[in-house]
Amino acid sequence: MAHINIASLEVGQEIGTTEFLLTRDSLVRYAGASGDFNSIHYRDDIAAAVGLPGVLAHGMLTMGAAVQVAVDWVGDAGRIADYQVRFTKPVVVDPVDGAVLVVTGKVGAIDEENRLVRIDLTAVFNETTVLGKAQAQVRV
Amino acid sequence: MVNPNVQGKTYPATSPYLVGREKIREFAHAVKSTNPMNLDVFAAQAAGYDDVIAPPTFAVVIQERSLATVLADPEADIDFSRVVHGDQRFIHARPIVAGDELTSVLEVASVKSLGAHSMVTFETKIFDIEKALVCTAISTLVVRGDE
Repeated sequence: MAHINIASLEVGQEIGTTEFLLTRDSLVRYAGASGDFNSIHYRDDIAAAVGLPGVLAHGMLTMGAAVQVAVDWVGDAGRIADYQVRFTKPVVVDPVDGAVLVVTGKVGAIDEENRLVRIDLTAVFNETTVLGKAQAQVRV
Repeated sequence: MVNPNVQGKTYPATSPYLVGREKIREFAHAVKSTNPMNLDVFAAQAAGYDDVIAPPTFAVVIQERSLATVLADPEADIDFSRVVHGDQRFIHARPIVAGDELTSVLEVASVKSLGAHSMVTFETKIFDIEKALVCTAISTLVVRGDE
């Protein structure tokens, strides 16, 4: 599984890009799987009543999907030693078209001694970055 | 406003949560994981795990159980309808594996005010049945005050 040659990596190198289509179905599925049943994630009337531009994706769904770029690169979800994000912008999920989240991973830092690679993730929805300081420390 | 006096307050350990294999698969599908370690027992075992492992953000399920005790605490005085998730971090000592029985202990690491808003940071330590640390989950909630 550890097919990554740490010595050959360079800071700034892209490790992959994935497009995630988040639909209302995705939100209902995430609500059930996570136990987060906040109704702003599936009811337009409640989202509007609290002043939101629409039904929003769970921040934790965005966070959970984004890290898959790093997981796919290393091949093993168990190698994500540390993962953090800031939730900076909402992802509004259209009832018909959903929302397309484009996540790109880049090598942010390399610690050869401890075999840790920091992957910096950029998550873009509607030409706007929705996660800040999205960083995963990956054991390679 | 969140009561600043709860800074440093620790909440008692939650009752054990048994991590099910199908729960991990369900969560993995929900976060769009296609990683065999989350889904395929044989692949996970071939990589040295006892069973399928959870995606990196699954620990939020355990964190929420601790958070629920804080939100129910009248002393903390947190109005959930005004809560926005600010940031989140998971530091894994090891991956969560199907079959784990996990408890969590939450500490209110800090309460800060930012104008009318409050920012509360929680540190939730997740332990297995041997009392070994599995994951530290750090979460900041922004509680909107009256504008």
